[in-house]
Amino acid sequence: MEDCLQTISQYAFRSIGFGERLLPRSDYTLCQQFTLIGSGMIWNIYFGTVALLAGFFLATAVALGKASNTRIIRKLSEWFIFLFRGSPLFIQFFFAYFFFLSLKGQYAFFDPFTAAWLGALIVLFLNTSAYTGEIFYGALQSIPKGDTEAADAYGLSGWSRFRRVIWPTMLRLAWPAYTNEAIFLFHSTTLVFFTGFPAWQQRGDALYYANFFADKTFNPFVPYPILAFYFIVLTLVIIALMGRIGRRLNSHLPQDAKRPRARFLPQIIR
Amino acid sequence: MGFYWSFVTVLTLLAITAPLSLTFGFGGAMAARSRIAPLSWVGKGYIAIVRGVPDIAFFLFFVIALDQGLEYLRHHAMCPDWPDAIRQGNDFIVCQDAKLPQGNAPQWVHEIYGFSLAVFTFAIVFGAFAANVLYGAMRAVPKAQLETAEAYGMSRRQTFWRIVVPQMWVYALPGLGNLWMVLIKATPLLFLLGVEDVVYWARELGATKTPRFTDYPHGDWRMYYFLALLVFYLAFTRVSEIVLDRLMRRLTKGQATSGGEAQRRAAT
Repeated sequence: MEDCLQTISQYAFRSIGFGERLLPRSDYTLCQQFTLIGSGMIWNIYFGTVALLAGFFLATAVALGKASNTRIIRKLSEWFIFLFRGSPLFIQFFFAYFFFLSLKGQYAFFDPFTAAWLGALIVLFLNTSAYTGEIFYGALQSIPKGDTEAADAYGLSGWSRFRRVIWPTMLRLAWPAYTNEAIFLFHSTTLVFFTGFPAWQQRGDALYYANFFADKTFNPFVPYPILAFYFIVLTLVIIALMGRIGRRLNSHLPQDAKRPRARFLPQIIR
Repeated sequence: MGFYWSFVTVLTLLAITAPLSLTFGFGGAMAARSRIAPLSWVGKGYIAIVRGVPDIAFFLFFVIALDQGLEYLRHHAMCPDWPDAIRQGNDFIVCQDAKLPQGNAPQWVHEIYGFSLAVFTFAIVFGAFAANVLYGAMRAVPKAQLETAEAYGMSRRQTFWRIVVPQMWVYALPGLGNLWMVLIKATPLLFLLGVEDVVYWARELGATKTPRFTDYPHGDWRMYYFLALLVFYLAFTRVSEIVLDRLMRRLTKGQATSGGEAQRRAAT
């Protein structure tokens, strides 16, 4: 117990560079594995949260762009969505890394872009924007006609019509699918350190450490279940949080009516 | 040459994995809707766990786990009187005969073995996704159809095979089509399983070559190789999308769904 507390104080923030520098070398205990893999989760949560929050706004813009009447904006949004949804995220990471690497050779400005915290974040941000954009576009298409007609009847137009009627309805309809997207985004954050992006000074994410232990002990039956445990907890937290927001979005509707619940929608997995 | 062959590797993997994971999915869905409680727990647990954990973690896990599991079983079958424990500290030791593949096997056996492990891993992971889709599709078959079957005196098994299975495909197809896309987009992960696939070759060939080691020296071309891969995958998913669209239109013909209804109206 004492040992474990010490291990936690040594390694709890190892993944962001605080605490003991050397990773354990031999006699890997269960406590060390739990602490280090948990420490790696900081990166997964960072990538997922920032990409999701930033991606939300770009996704709204892309969805509106795809529904736009102007040909050029529509085509641009369609190509953006096609580019990021049609190719594997894994390849996108690789391409972005080497792209930034060659830019870095010419302009010193691109120095931080080859590090995972910024470069990978940009890829994830664009990727989730494309997926979410498609979801929002679908929701935009299925807004009940009565809602927009009612907005017209009230004399709302332009921005206030969008802000007060269209946008909330779009979110309400898209929410179950968006929850799904959030879960899968967090899952795909584990890819980051397996592509070109280097884990500088062995500061990696949860899967990086799990893989480290599996390589060292040649026993996959301990670290991967620990990782699975962390991710299942994370998934449950996401479902709970998104469910709360979803309830708030639906709060004006009759409560005993069947609301779209956050469940798995096979059409929209990534 | 290796680079071009690796595309064949990817396509072979897709061709084998797709039916295999569909089989796994069918089994999983059948287990999940079983009336025997433990069996349905197994089915539902399989779906829930594989979905709740990042698939890449599964890929890394299963490749070692399957390898060790097979060797463990062979070890017990072939060398029953082996004195030492298999797991000694950080080592995993089995007797020589139980090694998979055999130490003196030619190179291609090793490659095939690694490839089949990868196929099996993919099938397990995507089987769970397929099971989820099929499970939903089986429940989407209209209740009236099942009640009619019951009224005709069909048993549960007959109802399942004669009514549910033929009708569920139209409900399953959007999900399965999407799954196919996800499968295509998961193939570059083969690289992590130690198979020499497109990503491996793109990294190898694209890296800076100096005139000392090769006849064709060039700088760091990896960016262009990955751009080529990006385009390859874009084209592949686009073609699949078009094909699936056609298939869907074919299948909805005459079905009691909104899609089928729209088609009927358009025709008249």
